[in-house]
Formats: sequence, structure tokens, C-alpha cells
Amino acid sequence: MIKEKHVLSILVENQPGVLSRIAGLFSGRGYNVESISAAETNVPNETRITITTTADMPAIEQITKQLHKSINVIKVHDLTGTDFVQREMALVKIKASPEHRAEILRIVDIFRCKVVDVGLKHYTIEITGAQDKLSAILGLLKPIGIKEIARTGAIALSREPKNNH
Amino acid sequence: MKLTGAQIMMKALKDEGVDTIFGYPGGAVLDLYDELDKTDIHHILARHEQGAVHAADGYARASGKVGVCLVTSGPGATNAVTGIASANMDSIPLVVFTGQVPTHLIGNDAFQEVDIVGITRPCTKHNYLVTRLEDLSRVIKEAFYIARSGRPGPVLIDIPKDLGSQTIDYTPIKDIKLKSYNPTYDPNIKQLHKVVSLIKNAKKPVIFGGGGIILSNSSKSLTELARKMQIPVTASLMGLGAFPGSDPLWLGMLGMHGTYRANMSIGNCDLLLAVGVRFDDRVTGKTDVFAAQAKIVHIDIDPTSIHKNVPVAIPVVGDCKIALDHLNRLIDKEDLGNVAEKRKKWLDQIQQWKTSTPMTYNQKDVIKPQYVIDKLYELTKGKAIITTEVGQNQMWAAQYYHFDQPRHFITSGGLGCMGFGFPAAIGAQVACPDELVVDIAGDGSIQMNIQEMATAVQYGLPVKIVILNNGYLGMVRQWQELFYKKRYASTNMEHAPDFVKLAQAYGAVGLRASRPDEVESILKQGLFSKDTVIMDFIVEREENVYPMVPAGAPITKMLLV
Repeated sequence: MIKEKHVLSILVENQPGVLSRIAGLFSGRGYNVESISAAETNVPNETRITITTTADMPAIEQITKQLHKSINVIKVHDLTGTDFVQREMALVKIKASPEHRAEILRIVDIFRCKVVDVGLKHYTIEITGAQDKLSAILGLLKPIGIKEIARTGAIALSREPKNNH
Repeated sequence: MKLTGAQIMMKALKDEGVDTIFGYPGGAVLDLYDELDKTDIHHILARHEQGAVHAADGYARASGKVGVCLVTSGPGATNAVTGIASANMDSIPLVVFTGQVPTHLIGNDAFQEVDIVGITRPCTKHNYLVTRLEDLSRVIKEAFYIARSGRPGPVLIDIPKDLGSQTIDYTPIKDIKLKSYNPTYDPNIKQLHKVVSLIKNAKKPVIFGGGGIILSNSSKSLTELARKMQIPVTASLMGLGAFPGSDPLWLGMLGMHGTYRANMSIGNCDLLLAVGVRFDDRVTGKTDVFAAQAKIVHIDIDPTSIHKNVPVAIPVVGDCKIALDHLNRLIDKEDLGNVAEKRKKWLDQIQQWKTSTPMTYNQKDVIKPQYVIDKLYELTKGKAIITTEVGQNQMWAAQYYHFDQPRHFITSGGLGCMGFGFPAAIGAQVACPDELVVDIAGDGSIQMNIQEMATAVQYGLPVKIVILNNGYLGMVRQWQELFYKKRYASTNMEHAPDFVKLAQAYGAVGLRASRPDEVESILKQGLFSKDTVIMDFIVEREENVYPMVPAGAPITKMLLV
């Protein structure tokens, strides 16, 4: 069966241990987590966890059902196959030797990133976008010399309808 | 009204109708025990926390009520984990209270501290660490509700020591709202209509019932459906007693040690009605040829059970009893014609399998374990509550004792937990003081919780233990014989206590039978005694459980005697 990447948007009660419950469910049942991100929502006491995972359809069905079975889980939405927006952020510390500085700034400009810290030998760049954008820019920066990277996992929301039909 | 945490807990327990708790005290639960002692709630002091949880489990299975446990922090809590895991695998409603170190010490590696909520997260239906006293009564209410509703299971509540003596203004909790938990009881009626038409048109249908039938108290509804439509019935280990074992439509147990006719029926049926089951690997064998010719209907309250191991044609999510009652009503409206006539060919075929390959053994000079169970069945007229340990004893009990009623066979099915049967028998006896409760044990597994003899004797619980004593860890030895060239690595257990003297040492009665002609009289003597009794049967050492399907093989490919 074909394995595909799925983005799961999971609304949970904001209780201690919920994240561990969700993560434990994945590890205990042998599902893989590619990224996980969690933070409070606008609704008090509700947290949204976004998980990306790669699995075939029967496994995804099991994962969503198992998640739903967890007492603190309010809603599980497999966004894959629906219309949704997804963003990820990375902070990249890159070697900024004089001969590369212009090149780095050009890339930052093209991809509409931001330089958020400038040191003697390194720049720190903030990149936000869908995953393919992050991959593209990291591919370009790599030959210049990446010192450190911090990445968030993907976060996602479904798109709202654009008209009344 | 100002109440302490301990008082609030007792009030909450009374509100839930709790009259019995199984437990073991310790430092972190002193306040709770002090308050418990002032109530009329009956406390059964086990001799090990694992025993306490299994006893609560046996109590829950025999009575249909929620079993309640109270143990202390640290080792008390970790000792309880095996019992909790077993209840979780078998969907048994329990509420387990564990003591915790005082809130200000949590996370400090304090004396007898363990993160029991972290440890039990994957083996409970839900669990709580109560850090604020104002949450306690709500948490207890939720815990009982979660434990008994939907697909039942154990819920653990961890209570730090300081909460027991703190006071707060107490307001009783009337209703609970859980926005994220809402089990589906009512099945989709359209699905049920499809099921009815499949049942009407099936030529070779089989019903496969599981623990869900027992848990939802739907064996009457299942029996009605089977008899009305003349559908033969098999069951998983957990489903034994869901359908009368003396009924001609009964096929016997299914699976690795199932009957020939049950497994062949699954291999040849054209419709499989699976109700309250989860298609465990011990039942299905090789899944892609399981019921390969059949359309499978799967009724279960837990959506995760559906399509998990076996793809099904018609999933029905809902309570087994509601679904079966609906099906019965829908079928009553149908013109069925002569059902007996239509079913004759299929039932004849099954009868032929039964006659050609019956369950059998050959009683010669040495006691056969099957013979002991046969005699036990005969003498108790199939009416005893039977608990088992795990291994050969469990399988022979399942094969040779025929259960006519639900809640009469109590076994650790999913976890397969040795040491379960005896404490579970204690719990069952507490729940049903007037019934005969018998633990069918092996000489290995009885030693895993033998300390509970003191509990049984202390509370005057006349539990009977039948030890099928072969001096081996029999089931493991059987696998070594069949699949490991008879290298009996660490399964010889000849060095064992004298169980007769051991019983006497605990103040119970000990009896022994070494020859076949002694079996019946020893059973009579033991079963009809008013005391706690160990009956030690010295059985054929290398007797195997047959039929057997090797792990992962199709269930129709059985090793016969």
C-alpha cells in the first residue's frame, strides 16, 4: 500500500500530559511522527497539535481513530486531501564571511526571509513558508555553510470557502 | 461544609455506589485509609497490590460493576501496573486510586515517588493526577463514568498525600460534561438493514461473539438471534459464556486452540457476524485467509477495533446489545420461510466436522488434565464461576468446561497474565458469595500470586483452586517440544512447594490426587467444602493442548492430536 504524508490537525483539551499522551500513542503503536507542534488556541483550555506523519491509508485510519479515542482529544482532522494552508518556520545560523554576505542577502530577499541577528561571523535568518520553500532555501544556503538550524514543525489550518457557492 | 480530601473521596465513592474496595495501605494513603475505616465500605486487604487489582478485576467481571482499588505510591503503584494492564486489554471497568508523594515533593525523586500517571498512560483508558483538591470530586465522578461507559476500561487516579488532609468547601458534583468523550451507542440503522439482508441470504453463516457481548450484557439478544436464524455460534476466549455451551448451535471456542468445527466453520462460512470482538491474532491466525469466503459484519462499540486487523464488509459502530436487539426486531418483520430447512445442509456439515474430529483425549494410567476439567464440569453441572491462570490450564478450561451463562468464565485474555486467576477468583467470590468459584491453575502460575491464600482465608472466602500439576511451565514447554526440538529451556518446575502442606500452612484445606481413580472423590471433597481449598492434581507431565494452530498459520491448518 502507498504511504503518503499526512498533516493531522488535532484539537485537544489543554491538560497536563496531553502532548505526552499523543506522542506516546504514536510511539507505542509504531506510527512515526515527522513533526509535531503544539500551542494554545483562541479558545481557553484548547490546544491545537499539528502532526505530520507518513503512513498508508489503513494506518492513517487507525491513527485518527486511536487519537479520537484518547479522552482529551476533542477533534481530529486529516487535512491531507483537503484545501489547507501550511506553514513552517526555521531559524538558520549561517556563516557570513565577507565574500558570501551579498549572496546571503540576495537569497533572503528573493525568498522574502528576514535577517534577525547579525554577528561577527554569522547571520541568523528567519524563514517562514510551506515546507518546499524551506527545503529550497536551505538547499541554497547549505553550500555557504550552515552552523545551526532550529525548525518548528508544520502548523496548518483548513482554508475557508472563497465564495457562496 | 468543610471536608478533607479523604472525606470527599469517601463521599464520592458512596455516591458511585461502591461497597467494596480491594487494596493495600502505605505511607501516602494513610489519610485515605483512616477515613475509609470510618465508613461501611468493605475493604479487602490483599497481600500484594497485583493481587488487589486482579481481585477488583474479578469482582468487576463477576458482578458487572466497577472494581475499585486503593494502593500506595511508588512500589504500591508499580505493583498494580500488571493488574491494570490486564484489565485494560480485556476492557474491564476499574477505578484504581494510587497515593502520591505530597504535591510539593512531586518531581524531587522523593521517597516512594514514581510517575505512575506517566507509567500507566498507555495501559489505562484514562488517568489523572489530582493536584488541586477542588478537582477531586469531579475527577472521581469522571473516572467512574469513563471506566464504565463506551468500551470499558481501567482509570487511574493519583492523589498526592497532602490532599487527603487538606480541607475545602465541598459541593457535590451532579453532572459531568466531557466535550471530548462521547461514545457511540446507537448503531447506524442503514447498516443494520444491510446486515439483515445478508443474514437472510446467507447459506453458511457463523456468529463470532467476544468479550463485548459479556460487557454489554447482550448474551440473551445474541442467543435469540442465533436460535431464530439457526446460525451456529463460536466465541473468542473472552466471549465464552456469551452463548450457552450446551446449545446444539454452539461450535466451541475459535482460534489457536479452538475446536476443529469452529475453525473449519470460519474457513468455510459465507457470512461472519463478528460481535464485540477485536480479531486478536490468537483468533485469526493468518489474517488474509481468515474467513476468506465470507462477507464480514463487525459490530463493536470501539471504532478503532474496526478494520484494525481484518478488513470488514459492513462495520457497525455501537453498543452490541442495542445493535442485536435492533437486528432481532428487524428480522421479526421479515418473511423468513423455513429457516431450519434452509440451514440443514450447513449444520449437517458442521456436525460432520464435529463427529470426524472431536475434542478428545485418552485417559490411561496417569491423570489427564482434560479429565480433571471434564469431571469438574460434570460435578458442578457447568454452573461454577471459573477463573483461570494462563497457559495450558487456561486452554483446557476453555475447551472442556462448557459455559451456559455469561460472567462465569474469568480469564486474562489479552494480556495473558499468569497469577491472574486466583486473586480474580477472590474478587469473584466477594461479588458472588453464594456461588461456587473455582480457579483452574497450573503449578507455575499459581505460584505467581499464591500469597493471596492469606487473603482468602482471612475473609473466609471458600475459593477452590484446582492445580493441574505437571511440574512444567506447560504451554511454553509445549512450544519447545513442537518448535524448539524439545529443548526444555528453563521450563522444568519440578522443584515446587508441597501444595497440600502449603494450603494447610495458610489455614486452608489441601488435597491431592495422583491417580485417575482419585480425581472424582478429591473433587467432591474439595468442591463441596466450606473452606478455601487447594486441590493438587498430579497430571501427565507432557500432555499437549490440541488442536493447535501454529502462530501465524491459517486457522484451518490445525495440528490435531
